Amino acid sequence: MTTSETDVIDALVGIAPGSPLDAVRARRPAARTHAQASYRALLTPAEPGDFTIAERFAVAAYVAGLHREAATAAHYAAGLAVHGGAALAATVEQAVAETRAEGPKGRYPAGPLSVEDTEPPAFALSTPVAAALGPKLAAALAHAHYLVFHPRDAAPERFQPLYAAGWTADTIVSLSQLVSFLAFQIRVVAGLAVLRAAG
Amino acid sequence: MATNPNAPVAFTRDQLDWLPWVEPVAEEALTPRQVEALVDAARAKSPYFRLLARDPDALEHRTRTDKDIFYNTDAGAPRADRELAAAAVSRFNGCIYCASVHARFAATYAKREADVDRLLVEGVGADLGEHWNAVVAAAVALTSIPMTFGPEHVARLRAVGMDDLAIADVIQSAAFFNWANRLMLSLGEPAAKG
Repeated sequence: MTTSETDVIDALVGIAPGSPLDAVRARRPAARTHAQASYRALLTPAEPGDFTIAERFAVAAYVAGLHREAATAAHYAAGLAVHGGAALAATVEQAVAETRAEGPKGRYPAGPLSVEDTEPPAFALSTPVAAALGPKLAAALAHAHYLVFHPRDAAPERFQPLYAAGWTADTIVSLSQLVSFLAFQIRVVAGLAVLRAAG
Repeated sequence: MATNPNAPVAFTRDQLDWLPWVEPVAEEALTPRQVEALVDAARAKSPYFRLLARDPDALEHRTRTDKDIFYNTDAGAPRADRELAAAAVSRFNGCIYCASVHARFAATYAKREADVDRLLVEGVGADLGEHWNAVVAAAVALTSIPMTFGPEHVARLRAVGMDDLAIADVIQSAAFFNWANRLMLSLGEPAAKG
């Protein structure tokens, strides 16, 4: 790690060195360091393998867009434009607009919790967006959409479209970690931003 | 949906097993880097951690983030409040496995088994007294999409005596379980211990 690396959470919240929230984050130093190291490991790994940096930023820009948090969404959209190009960034932005929903939703195993079941939001990309993404990324966004909005609808069958589109056990773990890490990072940024504004 | 006959159909504080849906790395096949990424050597026995070891860097940094948020005892929110936030997020997202673990921890650290059971049975609207209600409301507001966490949640946490470090602990605990729930829910399923 280089000392000049920007801490993404600090930057998105607007935490200045020496500020009260800088002191708060400094009391959980490992959480701060390893949240940033998680970002590096999942977005810009030295060995991205079969899950390219462009694909990682495409998934991240999609997930951040679904969460409707402006600063974080802008960060990943800009990252995607750099690593994947403006055309892919525009396609992902359109995918977000086509599949935005609310969560958490989904169904429980049949039993006493069934009274809490809610209809999972649909995932349907327009034909041009799906074509521009290609099968591998389209499958990744479908999986990300379910993880973001209705993860309790989990089932082993959900991996079949990923395997069919070229994902492997290794890259499925990395994809799952990326989406799940973003669910964390986006909320830390949103929560600390509220705390910062509260003064 | 669960595929095993012992899958729990309700939230519980019981110890559960977790069965992977994607093949974990076999214990004897773990590379030195994967073993290091487990952080605790005993986790080589866990199919969940051996599955996550397929991306060792992501696993190691996930684990070190987790440990500091929950185990760092330098002031801030009491461990019971951090565990309550984790249990509430798990209840709200619907992760029966995660909720079981962190409901046990919350009940143990707070010595409030009945309140924790009320959260599990009634859900995140259960009345747990104002201090815990404020923690649960903040955790739920951060978990919803779109998020509804706002200055009123901060004010409510301050009103029950929490300082900004404690509030940041609640935020990070709730945020972290949005990470953990999605991995545990999607990569495998719970099973009652046989």
